[in-house]
Amino acid sequence: MKAIICAGPPTTGKTTVLKQVTQRLQGAGLQVAYLKIDVQYAVEDEMFQSEFNIPVKKVYSGELCPDHCNVMVLADAIEWASQNRAHFLLVETAGLCLRCSPYIEGSLGMVVLEATSGMNLPRKIGPMLTLADVAVITKIDLISQAEREVFRARVLEAAGHLSICETNALYGIGIDAVVKKIHASPELRYPLILRGNPPVGTCTICVGKKEIGWKQHFGVVRPLENQMFYRGE
Amino acid sequence: MKIHSLKITGGFGKSGQPDLVQAFELKMGDVISIVGPTGSGKTTLIDDIALFANRNTPSRRCVFINNEPAPEEFMNDPSKNPIAFITQHTNFLSDLPVRRFLEIHAGIRRRENIAAVLEETFDFANQLTGEPINPDCGMTELSGGQTRALLIADAVTIGNSPIILLDEIENAGIHRTKALELLKRYEKIFIFVTHDPRIALLSDFRIVMQNGAMVKIIEAHDEELRVAEEIKKLDDLILHFRKLIRNGERLTENIMEERLAALGYAA
Repeated sequence: MKAIICAGPPTTGKTTVLKQVTQRLQGAGLQVAYLKIDVQYAVEDEMFQSEFNIPVKKVYSGELCPDHCNVMVLADAIEWASQNRAHFLLVETAGLCLRCSPYIEGSLGMVVLEATSGMNLPRKIGPMLTLADVAVITKIDLISQAEREVFRARVLEAAGHLSICETNALYGIGIDAVVKKIHASPELRYPLILRGNPPVGTCTICVGKKEIGWKQHFGVVRPLENQMFYRGE
Repeated sequence: MKIHSLKITGGFGKSGQPDLVQAFELKMGDVISIVGPTGSGKTTLIDDIALFANRNTPSRRCVFINNEPAPEEFMNDPSKNPIAFITQHTNFLSDLPVRRFLEIHAGIRRRENIAAVLEETFDFANQLTGEPINPDCGMTELSGGQTRALLIADAVTIGNSPIILLDEIENAGIHRTKALELLKRYEKIFIFVTHDPRIALLSDFRIVMQNGAMVKIIEAHDEELRVAEEIKKLDDLILHFRKLIRNGERLTENIMEERLAALGYAA
């Protein structure tokens, strides 16, 4: 089985891209399973089930960071998908804070970016982009060719190894190239290892201390004008 | 890759009926139009071309570049793509100043002598618009006509695309005759989707669409070119009135008669 981990900022078109991909994989007689990880609300799983009649699952991360949640549940999800005889498990992550990347070593990491998000976006988003294998750029029909070229150049400046697929996913334009990458990606192999190091995750805010200002906290803290430092035992 | 020709072979229309035009081929320097009522499949045809369709779109049409199917890199890398496609929805989103943005684009295209290329771009765009573009103005502050003009100028000069597709540019209020004149000076292939008689009649030929299918090719010929001259006069007449209205003036029967007489029409 192959796993495709799909990340990207909200509303970039991850679901639309994955729907187009599912349609093509299914059309080739392949079994697809779909997992959606989101914070508190998602209906995409129901859409995939009713549209394609494939095994789907949804996880709400709730209080947990969605990418942490992804690390926790993914091993079980892979087992679930292989029990369902899936050839492909598509994982759609929530992708919110741009510090983590949810990709697994040795399987396809796909980031979905919208061309309309501005030429500076590729410089802003970090590991979600730099650790991916494929960048799918959506909504290319809405911007000038000149800006498409600049956007693309900036993606490659952030991560020169990336394959880029430009798409108008709503109409399925450019999706065949994405499907090709998926077919060419390797089978999952154990042990399953997260591709990047998550950022420092444990902080007093994470555990529920709500006071504002670094003086109210301990562990790794930072004032406005200084570098981070450790405060505590 | 040097482009010599663009060829499209027919597929099927909306109800599965075959294209009556089985194929057409364009050489560098050709300017053609696609005409037909709304919903007749003009945009589908131009989309097929932009996508380098290879029997993989609903129309099953095929596009050949230099008599070969298009290489995959055309679709994946916009700077290798020989086609620039300017649609009615195409827009600039960047809030950079125009000059700064064009410098970035020219830099990515590795153009030498960027200052000269930029000057050519502004000069081109300004011939198409009513109001000249201020190079220090933000891209998103440009008017609709200025935006369209700059999109075309950028595609022609900086992008240097050999094939340019233009979807209903007449709606943006740019100078159409000027545009055609300017464009014909470049050795490129231009394909217009248009409802504008002036653009259609000044093209080398036009493809007529009906119910999703290509039904006819009409070549430019002498009688029509003479008619086009008359249409040009009438069009200029309308443009003149448009200018008066824009400038806040009131139209009178006198002005109307004067203008018609000047054209040799009035009794």
